[in-house]
Amino acid sequence: MPRKRTTGTQASGARSQSPLPKGLKKTDLVDYYTRMVQARSLDERIWALNRQGKVPIAASSQGHEAAQLGSLLAAEKDGDCFLFPYYRDLALKVAAGLTPVQTMMSFMGKAGDPYSSGRQFPLQGADLPNKIIQISNVVAAGLTQSVGYALGARMAGEKTVVFTYFGDGATSQGEVHEAMNFAAIHKLPVIFICENNRYAISTPQHSQMVVEEISSRAASYGFPGFTVDGMDMIQCYEATREAITHARSQGPVLLEMMVERFMSHTTDDDDRRYRPEGEVERAREKDPVITLARTLIEEGILTQKQVDAIAAKALKETDDATDLAEASSPPHESELHNSVYGP
Amino acid sequence: MTVKSVIEAVREAIAEEMERDAKVFVIGEDVGIRGGVFLATQGLAERFGSDRIIDAPLAEASIMGIALGAAFRGMRPIPEVQFSDFVWPSINQLIGEAARTCYGTNGAVQVPMVIRMPYGGGIRGGLFHSQNVETHFFHTPGLKVVAPSTPYDAKGLLKSAIRDNNPVVFLEHKKTYRLVRGEVPDEEYTLPIGKADVKRIGSNITLVSYGLTLHYCLEAAEVMAAEGVDIEVVDLRTLTPLDTETILDSVKKTGKLAIVHEDNITGGVGAEIAALVAERAFEYLDGPIARICGPDVPTMPFAQTLEDAYMPTGDKIADGLRKLVAY
Repeated sequence: MPRKRTTGTQASGARSQSPLPKGLKKTDLVDYYTRMVQARSLDERIWALNRQGKVPIAASSQGHEAAQLGSLLAAEKDGDCFLFPYYRDLALKVAAGLTPVQTMMSFMGKAGDPYSSGRQFPLQGADLPNKIIQISNVVAAGLTQSVGYALGARMAGEKTVVFTYFGDGATSQGEVHEAMNFAAIHKLPVIFICENNRYAISTPQHSQMVVEEISSRAASYGFPGFTVDGMDMIQCYEATREAITHARSQGPVLLEMMVERFMSHTTDDDDRRYRPEGEVERAREKDPVITLARTLIEEGILTQKQVDAIAAKALKETDDATDLAEASSPPHESELHNSVYGP
Repeated sequence: MTVKSVIEAVREAIAEEMERDAKVFVIGEDVGIRGGVFLATQGLAERFGSDRIIDAPLAEASIMGIALGAAFRGMRPIPEVQFSDFVWPSINQLIGEAARTCYGTNGAVQVPMVIRMPYGGGIRGGLFHSQNVETHFFHTPGLKVVAPSTPYDAKGLLKSAIRDNNPVVFLEHKKTYRLVRGEVPDEEYTLPIGKADVKRIGSNITLVSYGLTLHYCLEAAEVMAAEGVDIEVVDLRTLTPLDTETILDSVKKTGKLAIVHEDNITGGVGAEIAALVAERAFEYLDGPIARICGPDVPTMPFAQTLEDAYMPTGDKIADGLRKLVAY
């Protein structure tokens, strides 16, 4: 399994080496590049819709897409994985199968929101057809739940591997320790995926912890931890694929994916108050949407014209989804009391 | 029928449901080889194996969160909180997450989970082994809250709770575990969640309680009977959903209401029942609603004198009832 640092100067994503990693086909890259572009297009539009007063709140995944889609690609290839994302996983949730119009309905609080029918913050609740549960955005609350899910799946005689996603900020929560410790004791097939963008809203990593690599904490639970370049989708895929094998045979793995947060924490935040000037601009040089396109063109998998066509199609999908979602119905007020309890 | 203790009834209910449904499992501190500190799971690890009677690390938040996650997968976990006083580290998983799961997914995800916890005082447990925690759960939509007082009710209600598709907080008063004994059918039975039980029929005053103090209410009712006052004692058994019908029917019959609980008086279950009766049976009342409840101190203290001063007792309840009679 790769154990790579991201502190080097080489721009990630500019991969010139061939052949493709194990299990990966050129069509997979085109497919996932297309999904990434769609997610980015929706993400950008949602931010604009917030400024127009049509979306109350949004957390962007811009800059996190390679980590989210690289891990998802490994999950889809495996075919028996279940995901516990967190609030910054828009691209993951879209790429996992949420349609553009469903995404927009969720952000606008419409009845057609598959996650919660407009009860929760966007993309929060459950999308069971796409094997996703995220009950809340209380930071790190999903970790012990994901470990329990893995325990339940094992009791049911299944081999499901559970992915649980969280940011660097979440690692300060005590429940992260409890979740990792229990998963280790029972050798549960859980992959802990930390999308480390080095900011807990405004608090930089050095004010959150002393260690440089969050992955180093895995040693205290007796399972492996790796730090990978979260701006490189192929590297994230490879690391996750190997982690799946390890998880199923030996137990948990911690994958720290070094990513960049291109936008403020949410639409209600202004990162100019706390991020050094030029930091975001420098980070954007590693934009996974751009670097993956560059790789695909350099490898002769896509032409510039095809790349442009993918972008145009995504934009059209976003336009249509926005219109459809805006025209769709909000939940009726009579639904207020529904589903407080199950049957 | 066989006479059993509350703790035996609890143990039987767990064992029978584990036998009946492979999805049922127990997770908690010392529940395995130790059989639980109150022995609620004694012998179950040997019978069902350590995969279904899971000794967890001493970390309540993860016990609750892991049980919740297993419930998402369709299991029927029974997390045991060793003492209700220890539920606080896990409160986000219970009140924050479990209670909101069904609503927050618009019914897509269910939480078939029973959170068992020994609660209450009168056992020299002091501030951190005596707590009455029920009001916090009673206030939380999405949770069911059950608080039986007898072995018969405990077994029948625990079996129903395990079969329920919602998170059920199952409160077992630790002083009743061995003190209270009663007849339990030898054959299979369940009791419905949400139905109160009139434990003593009377005509002059309705006395509502649950758990340990229900027995003190029955004692007080006998004292009052000797004084010529006929008390009806309603055992709530379930706090959520509250059996409003049984409460209102009884008050409409007697015209007077007293509520007894060990939990703090302010904002407690009794306050809600008082509001309910004031709203929906006001014209039937011919006296003020009395509450004979724990005072507003953090929990009953350790010293015998102070614990006695805190606890509602048969004598204190009888005094309260005499005032109501005299009104």
